[in-house]
Amino acid sequence: MCLAIPARIVELDGDRAVVEAMGNRWRAKTTLLPEAGIGKLVLVHAGFAISLVDEQEAKETWRLLAEISEFNETPNRLSG
Amino acid sequence: MLERIEKAKDQMTAACEAMGRPINIMEVCGTHTVSIFRNGIRSVLPAGLRLLSGPGCPVCVTDQSYIDTVLRLADRDDLLIATYGDMIRVPGRGGSLETKRAKAAVRVVLSSEDALQLARDNPSKVVVFIAVGFETTAPATAVVVKEAAADSLENFCIFSGHKLVVPAMRALLSDKNNNIDAFLCPGHVSAIIGYGAFGEIVDNFGRPCVVAGFEALQIMEGLAEICRQLSCGEPELKSVYTAVVTRDGNTAAQKIIDECFEAVDGYWRGLGKIKKSTLRLRDEYGRFDAVQRFGLHEIPAEDTTGCRCGEVLCGLIEPPQCSLFERACSPEMPVGACMVSSEGACAAWFKYGRKRECRK
Ligand code: SF4
Repeated sequence: MCLAIPARIVELDGDRAVVEAMGNRWRAKTTLLPEAGIGKLVLVHAGFAISLVDEQEAKETWRLLAEISEFNETPNRLSG
Repeated sequence: MLERIEKAKDQMTAACEAMGRPINIMEVCGTHTVSIFRNGIRSVLPAGLRLLSGPGCPVCVTDQSYIDTVLRLADRDDLLIATYGDMIRVPGRGGSLETKRAKAAVRVVLSSEDALQLARDNPSKVVVFIAVGFETTAPATAVVVKEAAADSLENFCIFSGHKLVVPAMRALLSDKNNNIDAFLCPGHVSAIIGYGAFGEIVDNFGRPCVVAGFEALQIMEGLAEICRQLSCGEPELKSVYTAVVTRDGNTAAQKIIDECFEAVDGYWRGLGKIKKSTLRLRDEYGRFDAVQRFGLHEIPAEDTTGCRCGEVLCGLIEPPQCSLFERACSPEMPVGACMVSSEGACAAWFKYGRKRECRK
């Protein structure tokens, strides 16, 4: 599956962020989202935060992702 | 939630009856395609409503000549090929990147940033980033091209196969034989370009365009909204994915795409050459363009495998109508791109839809 993943920004240095979702942490960039800040929920796609996302939508997507066994592969998939 | 799904179903049924003819709705997003199958949405739709899987999967729409060129680059000793994992199994002339991987230097990366890092770590090689995808990945490519320029990182370049969604929709509708009544528009692409970008499709072609997210409920409500518009004859622009998509989209991302790229005519699998549909690096970034650097020419390749991906992508046939489907072509032994990508229509039919969904 190939959803962009909602994740919370837990560290931010310039445009280099560490994001967290569903117990995973990974690096992402916020270059495309100047309004990103620590604690914000963002949609991460192919290593970049592309939009802000609200809590409810994030939870909904996490629930969906949890259903999908391939979650660990998800960050490296492209989506349309 | 069940209530809302039932309500959406009722709306669709009523609209189908009011129309008195079959309704064809095209989704142009691989993630929608997969979600529609995973959730069994096709099986609960009224008989008169048909979903067509359009050119929404970035791997599937990539022209064969592009794949063949990538494979030729992978044969060179002086290069490192950095690619998203999705591209690795796409068959071209003489194998795929996966079969090349053993001898050639092909690396799977999770982001364009990783490709740039690969160039920093391997100064004796030129890293070629296989830059595919729609407006969702194009800005990520633009960011690293700018970084490479700022750092004068001369052993990095990109081979752009980035595609734009709206020109493809326009091309589909310009074909007089098209049977598309409306579009379910992609969620993540819209997060970048904004749902306003589909306005011209509504205005010039009179087709409803509704952006939806990826849960079953979102898709059902998106489809119901489209049906409502069709039955009252008032095509509109709408987003039911309000948590993520705004009318204007991500203007920072649009700006950086525009700074680095210009839209040029380009080839798509199945759709042929489409005007201003493909992103090419602007001249000021020409030295990071693999096409200029290596003098690459895109020669549209003729497919001799019998694969009918092109017709699948235009919504003209459903995968089971391809004689290779399930027989010579399966996810383990894919013949065409639509079977390779997990987002491809053929792969989705194979995995979820074979017996149950086949109405033909
Ligand atoms: S089933 Fe295979 S050969 Fe037929 S159209 Fe799909 S990908 Fe191509």
